[in-house]
This record gives sequence, C-alpha cells and structure tokens, in this order.
Amino acid sequence: MKKTPQELLQIEYRPPRREWMDPHVDFEARRGTWSYPAAPKNLEYLGLPNPREWSPTDEDWKLPDDWKEIVHKGFLDLLDRFRSLKVFMDCCVRCGACSDKCHFFIGSGDPKNMPVLRAELLRSVYRKDFTTAGKILGSVAGGRELTLEVIKEWYYYFYQCTECRRCSVFCPYGIDTAEITMMARELLNLLGVNINWVVEPVANCHRTGNHLGIQPHTFKDNIEFLCEELEDVTGIHIEPPINKKGAEILFIVPSADYFADPGIYTFMGYLLLFEHLGLDYTLSAYASEGGNFGLFLSHDTIKRLNYKMYAEAKRLGVKWILGGECGHMWRVVHQYMDTLNGPAGFLEVPRSPITGTVFDNAASTKMVHICEFTADLIHHGKLKLDPSRNDGWKVTFHDSCNPARGMGLLEEPRYILRHVLNELYEMPENTIREQTFCCGGGAGLGNDENMEMRMRGGLPRANAVRHVHEKHGVNILSCICAIDRAVLPTLMEYWVPEVRVAGVHEMVGNALVMEGEKERTTNLRGEPLPGKEA
Amino acid sequence: MRAFQALVIVAVLSGAATLAAGVTAMRPVLGIVLPYLALAVFLAGMVARVVWWARSPVPFKITTVCGQQRSLPFLRRQPLESPFTGWQVVGRMALEILLFRSLFRNTRTELTPRKNLAYQPDKLLWAGALAFHWSFLVIILRHLRLFLEPVPRMVGILESVDGFFQLAVPTFLLTDAVIVAALLYLLARRLFNARVRYVSLAADYLALFLLLGIAGTGIAMRYFWKVDLVSVKELALGLVTLRPVLPEGVGAIFFVHLFLVSVLFAYFPFSKLVHMGGVFLSPTRNMANDNRARRHVNPWNHPVPVHTYEEWEEEFHDKLVACGLPLDKE
Repeated sequence: MKKTPQELLQIEYRPPRREWMDPHVDFEARRGTWSYPAAPKNLEYLGLPNPREWSPTDEDWKLPDDWKEIVHKGFLDLLDRFRSLKVFMDCCVRCGACSDKCHFFIGSGDPKNMPVLRAELLRSVYRKDFTTAGKILGSVAGGRELTLEVIKEWYYYFYQCTECRRCSVFCPYGIDTAEITMMARELLNLLGVNINWVVEPVANCHRTGNHLGIQPHTFKDNIEFLCEELEDVTGIHIEPPINKKGAEILFIVPSADYFADPGIYTFMGYLLLFEHLGLDYTLSAYASEGGNFGLFLSHDTIKRLNYKMYAEAKRLGVKWILGGECGHMWRVVHQYMDTLNGPAGFLEVPRSPITGTVFDNAASTKMVHICEFTADLIHHGKLKLDPSRNDGWKVTFHDSCNPARGMGLLEEPRYILRHVLNELYEMPENTIREQTFCCGGGAGLGNDENMEMRMRGGLPRANAVRHVHEKHGVNILSCICAIDRAVLPTLMEYWVPEVRVAGVHEMVGNALVMEGEKERTTNLRGEPLPGKEA
Repeated sequence: MRAFQALVIVAVLSGAATLAAGVTAMRPVLGIVLPYLALAVFLAGMVARVVWWARSPVPFKITTVCGQQRSLPFLRRQPLESPFTGWQVVGRMALEILLFRSLFRNTRTELTPRKNLAYQPDKLLWAGALAFHWSFLVIILRHLRLFLEPVPRMVGILESVDGFFQLAVPTFLLTDAVIVAALLYLLARRLFNARVRYVSLAADYLALFLLLGIAGTGIAMRYFWKVDLVSVKELALGLVTLRPVLPEGVGAIFFVHLFLVSVLFAYFPFSKLVHMGGVFLSPTRNMANDNRARRHVNPWNHPVPVHTYEEWEEEFHDKLVACGLPLDKE
C-alpha cells in the first residue's frame, strides 16, 4: 500500500460535477482499486464463456461480437427467473437513505459506491431496454444506452461491492444491493468479464474440494501438522477422523481454517472442543470447503460447489452436518443450500449428542452452526472452562455480514465469548449486529491488487475498532468468518496496528480445560499465558 | 437542471389545463373523458405491473435479517426483525408499510475533523416521508365525501379530527398543511442535499411537483378561490355512478386540480410510484427467516455440472492411497 492512512483519509463526500450517467472509468489511474480478470484456464476448467487473456486497462476487452445481444437476452432471462430483480429495478424512489451506508462509499467518497447509484448503473439500462417510459423518453426518464463503456463501468463497480447487504437494512423497500450485484455479475459472466480471485477459487473448489486447491494428501498433512502444534500446547494427542463412514456428524469448515494464520488457531479450537466432548464426527477431504465463492459468480456455481456437502453427508452416512465459522458459507447454507441441493431426507434433524438439544431451527436443512452448537453446550454446563486463560485478551466482536444479516446469528457468538473470557467490549451500536460493517474484502475482493479499495472499504470497521481500542484497550478482534480472518489482519495493521484478529473458537480452545492435559503455559498461538511468562 | 425539466413539465400541464378550462368545449374532456381514461390507465397499468412481477418466481428466500434469529431457547429472539412464522412476517411488514420501520433506522455518517466516523440518528427523512404518506391517505379518504352519498360516518370523524384546530372558516385541515410542508421538505432535500441531488432523476422531481400542484390547487379551492362544492359533488357522483354530468359554475381551478390528478393516476404505473405495490412484494422483507426449518422450493432449479465423489476419488486415487485415506473403490 503506497498511500498512508493520512492520505487515504482525505475523503471528499461532495459528488463531482460530472453526471453519473457518464460511464467512463480510468482503470490505469485507479490501480489498487480493482481486481485482475480471470485466467483463461480457470474459465475453461469450469466451462464458462469467453476464456482469454485480457486486462481492464486494455482498450479492447475481446468480448464476443454479439455481446450486446447476449446481455440483453441474459437480462430478460434473469427478469424471468427472479422477482427480486423486477421489484428492485422498479421500486427505488432514490430517497437516498442508503447513500451513506456503504463501507466503500464511506471509505472512498466515490458517488457510484452509493448503493442507490450502484443499482442505477444496472437500472438505467433496464429502463432504456425494458420499460415504456425509458424507451420513449431515454435519459429524461433515467434510461441509458448499453455501451462497452457501461460494461467496463459495471466491471469496476459490481466488483467493488462485497454483497454485505448493509444498505438493504436501511432501504424502505428492502432493496438488496447484494442481489443486484449478483445479477450484474451473472450478466458479466456471460461475456467472460469476471475476476480471477473469484473464478480461481471456484475452479479449485470444483476440482479438489476446496478454494485453496489443497489436495487430499496435503489436507491430511496440514491437519496432522496442526495436531502436532496442538499437542505441544496441551499435551493432548488428537487424530481427527477424515472421510470416516458411519460417523454421526460431518464437520465442514472453510479451508482457510486449516491453512492460514490466524484461522488455524480457530481450527485447533474446534479439535479441542470435539476431543473434550468425545464427539463422533468426521472431516472430509472431498467436501473440504465450507465457503462458496460460487456465490460471487452465479447461482449455478453456488449449486455446483455446494453440491458436495449433501453428497458427502450421504456417502459417509452421517446423521447431520455441523458447520464451522465462516460468513458467506452460512449465507449459502442458510438461504440457498436446501433450496438448491435439498431436500436432505437422508439426514436426521440435528440433535446434540451431548445435551440432547434438538435443533429444530435446522429441521429441514440439517446443518447447525458451530456457535449454536457450542452455546448450547455452555448453557447446559457441558464444558469445563477457565476464562482466565484468555485474560491477556481484551476482546471486541465483529459481526460478519452474512451470519448477521443473512441468518440473524447475533447472540450465539456473544454468549460463547462471555463464558470463555472476561473482557468483552462492544463497538458502537451503529457498527455491529445488523448494522455491522464489512471487512472490505468479501465477495472475492480480498486480493492484493485491490488493496487500496480494501483499506478504504474496511475503514468504517477499523475506525470502530480503534474507538474501542482507545477507550478500553481492546487488543483483539474476534469474528466468525474465514474471509475476516484472512483480510482483517491486514486491515488492522494498516489502521489499528495494535489489534489482532481471532476466531471465536480459538478463544474457546484457550479456555477449555482438557482431561489429561499438561499445565498450559501458552495459548494456542504458542504465546505465554498471563502470569506464565518465562 | 433535472428539477427544472420537471417543473417545466408540470407548469406546462397546469397552463394547458387552465387554458382548456376556459374553453366550454374542452370541459367535458377535462371533467369526464380524461378522469375516466386516467383511472383506466391506472388500474390496467397497476394490474399489469403487479401481474408482471408476480409472473417471475421467488427462487430463494433471501430475507434481510435485522435481529436475533430463533435458535436456542435461552437466547432472546427478535421476531419482528427476524420473523420465524407467517404472523411475525405480517407484523414486520405492517411495521414497514404503516410506520416505515427501515427508514426509522436512518443515520447520518460523518467524518469528524479528527477523522473519526460518527453515525448520528437522522429521523427527518422518516418523519417527512411518514407525514407525506399519511396525510395523503387521509386526504384521499376525505375526498370520499365527494364520491359517496350519504357520506360515511368514518369520513365525518376523520374530518373532525383533521380539523381539530378550528382556526378559520372553512375549518383549517391539518393534513393540508402537513402534506405541503412534507412535500416541500422532500423537495428541498432533493435540491439541497448534495448526494440526493446527484442521484435524483427528472422523474423524481416530477412526482413531487405534480403532488405539490395537486395539493396547491386543492388548498386554493378550499380557502381562496372557492368553487361551488355542490356542483363538484354532482360531477364526482356522476363519475362514480357512470352517469357523468358536467354541472355549470365549477371554477377553472377545479379543472386544473382534476387534470393534475388525472396525470398522476395515468403516470403512476409507469413510474417509481409503483413502490406502493412493490413494497408488498419485496423478497427481503416479506419472507420469514425460517430457511433451515422449512425448505423453500425454487421452480426452475435446473441441474448443473458437478464434480462427484467418484470422479474426485479417481482423479486423486494415488494420492489417497499414499496418505492412507479410505477409498470407496479398491
């Protein structure tokens, strides 16, 4: 990142003189705020349209000759399939309630990051092509001709939305920009205009079972390595079952949890918890991804990747599925999975084997969030916890967009945190729960070439963290999302370097008093516990 | 500029109606033909629009959840922010439609000189929108006095409440003041809030100027250039009983008022004003957050290419063997 925080904070919220209907984007001047296009090999592997080498800075984007017709037909097809699109195209009154709710607008001041205008980029073309008023009156009625410049503008701005749905909370008609962005990305996808940071994970996941492209032997190696680390800390030897037929529960986590710091500590927390309980579960090297980057590409790719969860649960003969800490994974599991790949009649209504609690809120989908599972355990007093082991941490909790606004999982993680540690401080109320701010790197935008935009988009979150850091000395940001754990450390380093990032179950793992463990002198990160410094 | 376009349109429409009202031959057009036509366009247009929306399925249950889900019994749920049952959805929708729940959340984001982000509650838009919509509804209901004989008791009660402040003769009606104030606020907001001005289309101003024109002529008739109410009622009753008559002695201003109302009705189905119907159909608000408990069916859920376990095992066979993971096929 070349720009300093002070430079980045020079944000101009007053809109420019130039009218928004002018679509021009200077990609060269705006390096650092857009993502690289998909490599042809990934599109080829998935059988998606128009694989080719190209760059947004090129004059010629090598689109199919009939690109205009493709978009027009694609738009009609989406209107036919999604009532949401029709209603959202027609109902906006441009009241402006959403205009300052987007983290990218707050961090950049770019008026096209106001949710209302992001939608107008699509809506203007809709009016021109599909409404009576727009066909006759053109720009007076808010209509706009679909040109190549408009396609380029769509690429820039619909890959500058993290589908966090904060704006949708404030909209009097519930217009959901995530839905609009998803539609726009479907259209762009028809032309082969998409980004590699989305398409490569999708291709990887389709092939190997996870976004990172980790093959089964490496999957096993990674987990064994983490178990060794865990043994060093706790003295407990764990061998997590993989692809075990007949286990009671299939446990699926986002792949970053067994791959990268700090997600791996969360993973260690899961493993300790299950060992503590003596749970009959299995991991899967085939369904080795909880997340679903298909969500950021098209509805078909959501289904293609998500297919593995039920398929693997059926093959292994488990009773129900438990899911790890991941944001967009839970949007898919909660709002799409059962519809796309269900019904899962071969599974049973989830029931905790430890407490007997029946999760009837998951009676159909048959998949439970680990925070629901753990909160229930704590409520029934099934965990032996020593919260003082987390005393080095002053914690705040970041609601991840999708568990918050996609499922309403707000209290479960807080309930857990209050029981496994002693110092939990909330950020200001307009920045948490259903009003939570995105990490700035969701929906496939967490790549390095997009760093400036990430730091801008993450500003509202970071600013709220800085507030509790200065007020209460908060030094760790807890979250339940793998993308958070991947991008928030960079964000914190930039805006609030004193604050680190952790999953909720890392804190659980620290506090768990295991039978037969050695005296703990360090936390799961291998750092000395308070009072145990050498 | 866009505001000016809209102002010119409404001014031209009003001017044309004023001129036409002075020509005897045009009065049946303004008083009878256009109102019928506008009503027909409104009804047909709105039905067509709603049918068009309804023709597309709702493939996914994409509720925007604004509160704690129903999960574990010891966690406090927020059924109106995260409805789980049909009645809870009705409750959420009622709050949204009757009280503009979501707008009530509105905040104003500011970057302070010390570079802190602050979010101030900002209820003014909510208050303005609510004031406009409710006073508009009351005014429409009050107009039933003209269309119904005998006048329903409810209308009488509504008027006496509306005229609570007996300030003048004829009784000053609160909603007359409120609707003009609210419309002027909404207009001022569009003109002077830089962000809202930037996103506003001519159509956004057009709706406001039309409504202001209608309210303005209506108020003028009531308090200043009074028209013969008996004649107006005769005309209105004729229209609803499908035996239209055009009484003498109705002032020109009445025809301007009626013409602008006709324009609003005819314009309605082709504009953003369809949000009146759309708000009921918004899939992020009108569905329960019960996704995992009750399966939602997508009518076009077509098959997609997948990578099956068998294909995966075949591709990674040697590696699976080498690391000792179990195989389905030996």
